Amino acid sequence: MCPAPVAAVGRSVPRREGVDKVTGRARYTDDIAVPGGAWYGRTIRSTIARGAIRSITLDPAFDWARVVVVTADDIPGDNVVQLIRDDQPVLATKGGEIRHKEEPILLLAAADRSTLEEAASHIRIQYDPAEPVYELEQATEVFSTVDITKGDVATAEREADLVVEREFRVGLQEQLYIEPQGAIAFPEANGSIKIIGSLQCPYYVHRALKRALKLTDQQAVVIQAETGGGFGGKEEYPSIVAVHAALLARKAGRPVRLIYDRHEDLAATTKRHPGVIRHRTTVRKDGTLLSQDIEIVLDGGAYCTLTPVVLSRAAIHAAGPYACPNVRIRARAVATNTPPNGAFRGFGAPQSLFAAELMVEHVAERLGMSSVDLRRKWMLRLGDTTATGQRLTESVGSELVLDAALKNAPAVRPSGRPTVRRGRGLSLVFHGSGFTGSGEKKLQGTVALEAVPDGTFRILTASTEIGQGTKTIFCQLAADALGVGMDKVVLAPQDTSLVPDSGPTVASRTAMIVGRLVQEAATEIKERLQRQKPPLRVEKSYIQPDSIHWDETTYRGDAYPVYAWACTIADVDVDMTTGEVRVTDLVTAVDCGKALHPVMAEGQIEGGSLQAVGWATIEEIKMKDGGYQNDRLATYLIPTALDAPRIRTILVENPYSRGPFGAKGIGELPMDGPAPAIIAAIHDATGVWLDEIPATPEKVLAACASR
Amino acid sequence: MRFTLNGQAVAFEGSGARRLLDVLREELGATGTKEGCGEGECGACSVLIDGEVVDSCLVAVGQVEGLDVMTVEGLALQDGKLSHLQQAFIEHGAAQCGICTPGMLLAAHVLLEQSRRLTADHVREGLAGNLCRCTGYTKIIDAVLSCRK
Repeated sequence: MCPAPVAAVGRSVPRREGVDKVTGRARYTDDIAVPGGAWYGRTIRSTIARGAIRSITLDPAFDWARVVVVTADDIPGDNVVQLIRDDQPVLATKGGEIRHKEEPILLLAAADRSTLEEAASHIRIQYDPAEPVYELEQATEVFSTVDITKGDVATAEREADLVVEREFRVGLQEQLYIEPQGAIAFPEANGSIKIIGSLQCPYYVHRALKRALKLTDQQAVVIQAETGGGFGGKEEYPSIVAVHAALLARKAGRPVRLIYDRHEDLAATTKRHPGVIRHRTTVRKDGTLLSQDIEIVLDGGAYCTLTPVVLSRAAIHAAGPYACPNVRIRARAVATNTPPNGAFRGFGAPQSLFAAELMVEHVAERLGMSSVDLRRKWMLRLGDTTATGQRLTESVGSELVLDAALKNAPAVRPSGRPTVRRGRGLSLVFHGSGFTGSGEKKLQGTVALEAVPDGTFRILTASTEIGQGTKTIFCQLAADALGVGMDKVVLAPQDTSLVPDSGPTVASRTAMIVGRLVQEAATEIKERLQRQKPPLRVEKSYIQPDSIHWDETTYRGDAYPVYAWACTIADVDVDMTTGEVRVTDLVTAVDCGKALHPVMAEGQIEGGSLQAVGWATIEEIKMKDGGYQNDRLATYLIPTALDAPRIRTILVENPYSRGPFGAKGIGELPMDGPAPAIIAAIHDATGVWLDEIPATPEKVLAACASR
Repeated sequence: MRFTLNGQAVAFEGSGARRLLDVLREELGATGTKEGCGEGECGACSVLIDGEVVDSCLVAVGQVEGLDVMTVEGLALQDGKLSHLQQAFIEHGAAQCGICTPGMLLAAHVLLEQSRRLTADHVREGLAGNLCRCTGYTKIIDAVLSCRK
């Protein structure tokens, strides 16, 4: 008998595709050679923010036989980017409305890049401009609203000793995956189209292709190439890239490669929703929290994309991780004539938690209390109910993470430079793991597991590896549930012609929701192997536990299956002469349920934390005429190794009964906490409160000057 | 045009004005070198030219005539085994999505060649031209420091 294999879960085993990634063998979209060669594609975009196309002229002096030109007239199916609402066209139509700068109008393909550039310079588009709306205060069109009511705010306010009101603003942010968007489309036999691309959600792209190109399930094939980062930016946008590439390939009758350069990627693709959040909080003299009245307005940009879902998560997290008996949250997302905003790690929660956490600071200051003590008094604990009335019945790590972060934070050292002041701030956040409300129930994500006669097992899932470790973690889960070594488990490629729809790789759901299905499938196949011989195949789909209740009309009930918790302590240096803020140290304690792979779990926290540091300090997008002024990497800055703080992560294991081996989703959580902790640290250093991020030197100096 | 790529003599016929990045990827099949921004900001296209870290998107192939170019494909040991640094990147979790990894590895390789007494601050400085959006850099710095001789 073979010795029992060493358990894989909980060990930091080597990343599955690690060797390929350190040797340069990993094939990302643009690395894939196309036998016979592929043509190059390019998107021609609107130069105005709002109006109509009067005319499109192809200069007769150019030899158009050398290129393929695709317009809206070449779309065989619906001219719609399939997502939530059918408002976004694949290509703008003549006479139809242009709603934002960089809106796609025409597509070109040619055998070489120079012909493509030449062709592009021979296209003239004339517009009838209309008056654009850029500011969310001026917006009249509303994409969606969310109202959450708990208790009775008006009555509670009458008992208050103190009322604190404050308005906060958060800015746009680019995901800035280092590999830009890209796809290669291959026209195949029987009218099929195959896409190989950089993407998070193969079945989103599959649905978009079917709709716009009028394809059957089998005719649309979507394969994920190695993907160089996503962070939400490759959740919905790749559908546009893939449909565009497919239209070109279909008309050209040959493969077409559509790879964005960084400038186009920055100028045209989705960003984090900016917004305004207003709070009115009432308390008694002893700090007892009586009511929270919160208004959220997010700017969705020109088209709906995933905005209603982002708004929903923003609203549900808006009260922060606190037990307040009376809560009113009114949230709306509005339309402006700016490029559409979309999914980005945290998905609305970082915006609303930024405001919620700073409100704790403001109330504590007015009460003359420590904000840590106030958090202890207010925090959600086992048995408490959230703003949606969800009773928390297990794995509530609020106090565990607060204690762990405080215990592990180093002593604050003096800056040593007379012009530099040092400060420390803290935040406490929670983040719902998995889809909101009935999302998982409706989606019914599916995985399959096969036992192969040679003694190996194959996991079939559409969940993608985008750096976070899906491939490794799924193999760990399956190996342990099967009681075999990791070497006996393989993962099928993320190819829609092979794998079932496991749902999108988003919402901190992959390890927890899909990973649990992998574990269940493996457990069942192990049991069946005692009676049956391979080949065997088991499919598992998500079944909502009876204990989860959600009413999406009233926004009452169990908004998420469970929450992950984090406490972040940030230390900053503020240069009082330049206004420059440098985050020197971050300590984050995270309740992750169970660390399936400690190194990868830390990697998620560290990377997400630095993205949040960027959002809070240097990542600023300046608007000009409805477009982004700093749409190059030379002007849109993200933190380098020199800017990055020393980051220390403490993983707290507080198991969740329905997570695989107790794990909860933590991919987005680290985006929530650092920004408010940094603003609190800037206050600690300077005595001024900023209400808006990023905390640029201009804002810091202005705040200090007006004090 | 002739130069040395990862120890092998290579010849390239065509315009010397083409970007080294494109010649490596499209003519010589060395796709380990990535394009992240095309303007020398991100370091994904870092290669070593005569041992110096250079953004290959900013170099015309004519400029490397007769020089030694090293890419990620040249990092592994002679017998094909991973180098200590490559192994450390895997063990420490320094590669997540992996797109910055080739450039990061080359920049780190030079740091380790140049100095025996590297500190975390040296590593931060030495890698400041290579952007990573996944890791927060912590695990990359740990991996490099673990390779100090």
